[in-house]
Amino acid sequence: MSEDWRETVVVRRRFLNWMLGTGAGALSASVLYPIARFIVPPEVEESDESQVTLPLAPRDIPRNSGQIFRFGSKPGVIIRTPQGELKAFDGMCTHLDCIVQYRDDISHIWCACHNGHYDLNGSNIQGPPPRPLQEYTVIEVGDKIVVSKDT
Amino acid sequence: MTTGEPRRGRIWEWFDHRIGLAGIERMARKKEVPVHKHSFWYYLGGMTLFLFIVQVGTGILLLFYYRASAAEAYESIQFIMTEVKFGWLIRSLHHWAANLMIFTLVIHMFSVLFLRAYRPPRELTWLTGAGLLGITLAFGFTGYLLPWNQLAFFATRVGTQIVGVVPIVGEGLLRIARGGDDVTGATLTRFYALHAAVLPLLIVGLLAFHLFMVQKLGMSTPPSIEKRGATGRPLPFMPNFLLRDLVGWLGALAIIAALAAYFPAELGLKADPFASAPAGIKPEWYFMFMFQTLKYLPAHILGIEGEIIGIMGFGIAGLILVLVPFIDRRRDGEEAHPLFGYLNYLWFAMIAFILIMTYLGYAEVVPDLTSVPAP
Repeated sequence: MSEDWRETVVVRRRFLNWMLGTGAGALSASVLYPIARFIVPPEVEESDESQVTLPLAPRDIPRNSGQIFRFGSKPGVIIRTPQGELKAFDGMCTHLDCIVQYRDDISHIWCACHNGHYDLNGSNIQGPPPRPLQEYTVIEVGDKIVVSKDT
Repeated sequence: MTTGEPRRGRIWEWFDHRIGLAGIERMARKKEVPVHKHSFWYYLGGMTLFLFIVQVGTGILLLFYYRASAAEAYESIQFIMTEVKFGWLIRSLHHWAANLMIFTLVIHMFSVLFLRAYRPPRELTWLTGAGLLGITLAFGFTGYLLPWNQLAFFATRVGTQIVGVVPIVGEGLLRIARGGDDVTGATLTRFYALHAAVLPLLIVGLLAFHLFMVQKLGMSTPPSIEKRGATGRPLPFMPNFLLRDLVGWLGALAIIAALAAYFPAELGLKADPFASAPAGIKPEWYFMFMFQTLKYLPAHILGIEGEIIGIMGFGIAGLILVLVPFIDRRRDGEEAHPLFGYLNYLWFAMIAFILIMTYLGYAEVVPDLTSVPAP
């Protein structure tokens, strides 16, 4: 008789502990989950623009110079080589995301942050960048420059 | 009221009856500070605490005018610096006290390492101290972006991208750190929330625990001193050591006031997400050694991207520092001269590495790009 009584209490205690634990767990989850989701920023539609018309005329870019332009929400760099060819690349250094620039003294695309060098084909030739810059296609249409990326 | 306590007047008694001031006073008087030839280093922690108090005060004042948005942040700082009475002073004090605080904190850490004050039972004091250093660096990193100027913009791009190179979870963490794929106004509000609310909450909790442990266990006597019995009569913390601390605090105040007056914090150019990183771009001095190391690492080491190797290296060095109370298992009897313990070689190597890399970072010749047309 007394053994039964003890067992009932133990079972009841175990059940109550389980209920309490599950309840506390569910409560913390229902508090923490919205917080975690709140902190992660919502996905913004990636601009699927595959081409952009620059607010520049070809004559605005002299030989051996370069400029930064907007490609959707990302920066791009457009350069005119010393030979006179127009080329465009992704403007973000493949090392740690800084924005590159054209250096007319050495005719390289250069990143000031960690001294990374790219040649005029976008290849990483010196310093820490691990990959080449993505090259875009440049088309001159009369007075306009259209830059597009292959998708 | 305990008998034998001197009468302190009615107000003191009123509070004593309710919160037990006599007990608190006894606890405060119990603490003593060992006196020996390395005692000087005991002042660095208190000085860091003082600079933290300055940061809280000046930080709250800056909140009265600062506006956390990409469109207004830079202008609001400009307004503080040029229009608000003593605005330049408050911001410059905030700037210099932050720098000095990191400086004293790092010295405090190395002095604890060299004097082996992390030994049992002080492991938790060391761990909370390591946490406080981490939070302080996070304060520095998040606060740096708030003026929304060009230097801060690129420093934040690089600093957050470093999180992004961590394998597997990196990309997700990068989005969380930036509040999106790029450093934008969303990053600014995020950093502002961290800098002005989350980090202060964390640091106050951790700091209280750290100070409680220091109070509970007292200051550590270096084993080398203890062995030789080279300690003098200990100094009571209240009021003797505290008064000496205050002299140090006044000294620190004089230094940051002079720095603020002669070298007011700069603002630079407003951030432009579509401009090239300027030549000669540099991070804050306390991140310089890491920045310079990343510059020297080649693109690939053993087939792995150089930056991943570098960042992992810093991670491992940091982990060794954090875990030192559990790595250094020497018993006190095995103590060598404080300058020649084997771990001390490691600390010297770390300090030398940091100093050399920092020097190289500042000594580097910046290419003259004045002929490059502005984009």
